[in-house]
Amino acid sequence: MEAHAIFFYVFSIIAVISAIMVTVSKNTIHSVFFLILDFISISCLFIMIGAEFLGMIMLIVYVGAVAVLFLFVVMMLNVAQQKNQWFNSETTSSSHIPVGLIISTIIFFELIIVVGGWKYKPELSNPNTTQISNEISNTHSLGQVLYTDYIHIFQISGMILLIAMIGAIVLTFRRREGVKTQSYFKQISRERSEGIEVLEVQSNKGVKIDD
Amino acid sequence: MIEIGLGHYLTLGAVIFSIGVIGIFLNRKNIIVILMSIELILLAVNINLVSFSIYLGDLTGQVFTLFILTVAAAEAAIGLAIIVVYYRNAGTIRVEEIDKLKG
Repeated sequence: MEAHAIFFYVFSIIAVISAIMVTVSKNTIHSVFFLILDFISISCLFIMIGAEFLGMIMLIVYVGAVAVLFLFVVMMLNVAQQKNQWFNSETTSSSHIPVGLIISTIIFFELIIVVGGWKYKPELSNPNTTQISNEISNTHSLGQVLYTDYIHIFQISGMILLIAMIGAIVLTFRRREGVKTQSYFKQISRERSEGIEVLEVQSNKGVKIDD
Repeated sequence: MIEIGLGHYLTLGAVIFSIGVIGIFLNRKNIIVILMSIELILLAVNINLVSFSIYLGDLTGQVFTLFILTVAAAEAAIGLAIIVVYYRNAGTIRVEEIDKLKG
């Protein structure tokens, strides 16, 4: 139990510090790296608490895909060297910064009040269908639920991913001028009459090709 | 202090959620950090769902965490594509210079 506490505090302190660094760091590349560190420590927490599948999926999806996507975009757009200017306020009106601080403090204390004050109905703490069992692994039990009870939501989330992929391609697609590409329509609508010509070759004269 | 319960995880989720909200408001640099703050907020929500799922013994929270992960990935992809297109057209993604919708 003490090991659980020690690891919890280590991982959560790393997570909180790196979340703060994501927000305040001057370089956007550093923000992305701290975001990766944050995801890694939170997925370690997930694995520690007993949700191994989600911890691994967090690693794969966030660190492997989303954070690398952020990194690509930051490097591609050449904004990494821009100075972070949220402290000096001579250029812009920074009147919404104290409002943001007040709102987030209020949100924090509301969430803390929820932590201290919850009580559940007894039937809520005894779920009837999707209980976590100790016999089979976390991945196994998630699979048993995910492909039976939640199959429609699962397929809808697949559709969401497909639409996101199509949308990203359509948004960033750019047709450049002066680049030679294949035109499939022209290729397959070509006919024999415009492609070849049958000529009678006279002997000793050859064929004159006029072009 | 030694016994780690549901409250500890919910507190961690609350802290990260608040940091994400602060990040949205404080950021003056570029809009990519705002997207990263949104990812932090979704991460805090995931922490809450998973810890409730474990401590209440109900698997549904983990299933919904999976769907939140899906939607977060899709949102990040679309948002970054929009940012790329905006940068290509306007030449900047600084937050205070994005004011084309100002009437």
